[in-house]
Amino acid sequence: MGGVATSYADTFVKQDSGGESRLDLMVEGIHCTNCIRTIEGGISKLPGVTQARVNFSTRRLHVAWADGDTTPTLIDQTLKDLGFEARPIDTDFDLSPDERESRRLLLALAVAGFAAANVMLLSVAVWAGVEMMPATRDLLHWVSAIIALPAVVFSGRVFFVSAWKALRGGRLNMDVPISLAVILASLLSIFEVRAGGDHTYFDAAVMLLFFLLIGRYLDFQMRHRARSAANELLSLQRMAAQVIGLDGSISHIPSSDVRAGDRLLVAQGERVPVDGNLETEAAEFDLSLLTGETTPARVGAGERVFGATINLSSPIIVRASASSEHSTLSEIIRMMETAEQSRARYVRLADRAASIYAPAVHILAASTFLGWWLFTGVGWVFAATNAIAVLIITCPCALGLAVPVVQVVAAGRLFRHGIFAKSADGLERLAEIDYVVFDKTGTLTKGVPKLARDGVSKDVLARAATLARSSSHPLSKALADAAGPGPAADGVIEVPGNGLEARTPRGVMRLGNAKWCGGKTSDQPGLELCYQDQEGRCTRFAFEDELRRDAALVVEDLARMGFPVELLSGDREVAVAAVARKVGISVYQSSCKPGDKIARLEALKAQGHKVLMVGDGLNDAPSLAAAHASLSPSTAADISQAAADFVFQGEGLSAVPYSIRTATMARRLVLQNFSLALAYNVIAIPLAVAGFVTPLIAALAMSGSSIVVTLNALRLNLARWRAS
Amino acid sequence: MTILVILIPAALFLGLVGLLGFFWAVRTGQFDDPEGNARRILLDDDLDEMGPDN
Repeated sequence: MGGVATSYADTFVKQDSGGESRLDLMVEGIHCTNCIRTIEGGISKLPGVTQARVNFSTRRLHVAWADGDTTPTLIDQTLKDLGFEARPIDTDFDLSPDERESRRLLLALAVAGFAAANVMLLSVAVWAGVEMMPATRDLLHWVSAIIALPAVVFSGRVFFVSAWKALRGGRLNMDVPISLAVILASLLSIFEVRAGGDHTYFDAAVMLLFFLLIGRYLDFQMRHRARSAANELLSLQRMAAQVIGLDGSISHIPSSDVRAGDRLLVAQGERVPVDGNLETEAAEFDLSLLTGETTPARVGAGERVFGATINLSSPIIVRASASSEHSTLSEIIRMMETAEQSRARYVRLADRAASIYAPAVHILAASTFLGWWLFTGVGWVFAATNAIAVLIITCPCALGLAVPVVQVVAAGRLFRHGIFAKSADGLERLAEIDYVVFDKTGTLTKGVPKLARDGVSKDVLARAATLARSSSHPLSKALADAAGPGPAADGVIEVPGNGLEARTPRGVMRLGNAKWCGGKTSDQPGLELCYQDQEGRCTRFAFEDELRRDAALVVEDLARMGFPVELLSGDREVAVAAVARKVGISVYQSSCKPGDKIARLEALKAQGHKVLMVGDGLNDAPSLAAAHASLSPSTAADISQAAADFVFQGEGLSAVPYSIRTATMARRLVLQNFSLALAYNVIAIPLAVAGFVTPLIAALAMSGSSIVVTLNALRLNLARWRAS
Repeated sequence: MTILVILIPAALFLGLVGLLGFFWAVRTGQFDDPEGNARRILLDDDLDEMGPDN
């Protein structure tokens, strides 16, 4: 089975000088603590394996083995046997740039924290020591300088680099006033220490860095998750293909290297790498990735098959008609990328606030300095002290800390509910939506065919299941599931395009399409199987795509929240209308191609709506990317999960209203925090401009405001609402 | 107040030991998988010998 992907995996194996081979795999389906042990235990037992380590946070497995003993094929097969799908990934470097940046931020945060704590201890002594000798005070100031200055250089770099980049590009960002405040405060304090002055601002400088770095680190973690999800998307395209050479030999190449005219071998259960024409006999394909339909489609000899569909019959040969970059899959990915670009223009709330805040702070600080210097004649040192006090006091703890804290708390709350928020701005966009669009198959419905039990005798079902158990066809699986555990018939062969057959001493048993099994064809040929027993009697099994348990409730809940709900599906009119009626959606559209869905979303956007799209199929991916915000179930195609802002687990759809409520609450808290910050500035800025802000007051004000906004953010955890 | 000459370096030294310990922990990748580590503590290592099914 897994031959294609794994032989390709050979190219991902890295050898080190000690003769050890290393391979990194992205493993799907790791969701619990036991998965770690199952995988690590299973892989460690392979011959020669020296290390098998699962990273739960990134869902990756790192395997090292002594050369020659184990092969990627064996590793992949072992994972499959354990119940996990894995994809090899390219790791040219030990750590990705993102991981390096994350470590750097964490270290910067630690240093700032260390410095802030120690300098603050010394500062408190200075403030409290009324009878302190000037010599002792100077000593404490010097020690503070020795601690604070290296910390400012080390931890402040994060802000300095970003500020410098902005300035060089002729822009202002929030890091400019932060950098100015920290650098000027440090320089002025050095001057004060040398002159034996009363006040130094070392504590304020490092504390400012500490608070802002907390916010920066949290924010980075959120964005990092979004990026790693996007990277997974690329790996889907890196499938492998088995090419049949002129001499009949089979070679494995990346699907991107397939050229039009190549003959490709596609085993049962594998994806067709590129678009092409079927050379062998008729076969059945799972098109769910492309159309979202559950019903397997039959393709006759010579007819067109699409890339990314799964071959459900015996091995077939496909003559490629297009190279990988011109196949349907690439087309969809391109469509999605175009759609994503428009969303990238979204400006986050904090950035919008910063664009007003940053210039205001600069003007205020500069006027304070000029005002004191020109009109009072107190000397430039005092004027500069006041200007720096303004910079420190106004520094954006509310923007830099409160927004990320709210978002992390919201994401944590969603995570506990089985909803994975992939990006921070997704949360902001979700709070703005006023229209909800659902996909049908796999979203409102479970997307897995289930046997409709009425009128089927248990006995016949049990006998049909003996055939069904030896096939991976979705309908056979559904039949076997319905029958429960039992024996499989001997000598079952698959007749391409027709079904399964077993020759027994008493005669021939068949399970397959109606015509072949001697039954009557019905109006929905895709969702039925016929069973012909040894005596030639035919029984028809009908299947249906079950609705998710709470679909109707959720639609009702959304309507109560004031959102119009619409259904867009690639399925046939009859099926879509039936589902729409059952869940209570009045506006629906059937037979939608991916382009049609985008067109509908654009039309809604033109009417001024901000649309939330909920979908799962590959055909939904472009619309998930085009919508203002999007959700997709964790059973969705990889690409759709990559395109969506949120991925939710579980059988139900209650995640949809739950996420909307959480996002709305988060937005309200962010706005509240902005108001708190504004109120604090209204009081503190006049004090700073007037020159009343001593280092003590600056320290109290800064930590006070940070604590207030953080506590306010944590209120999100207290909010209770029914998860429908 | 001469005691400060001993106390301040002593306090800073202890703090620095902690900070260096943190640097070491980050550099050796101990913060790369916080979620996994939180779960690993629940694993019973001694059961491994009985096979993954137990």
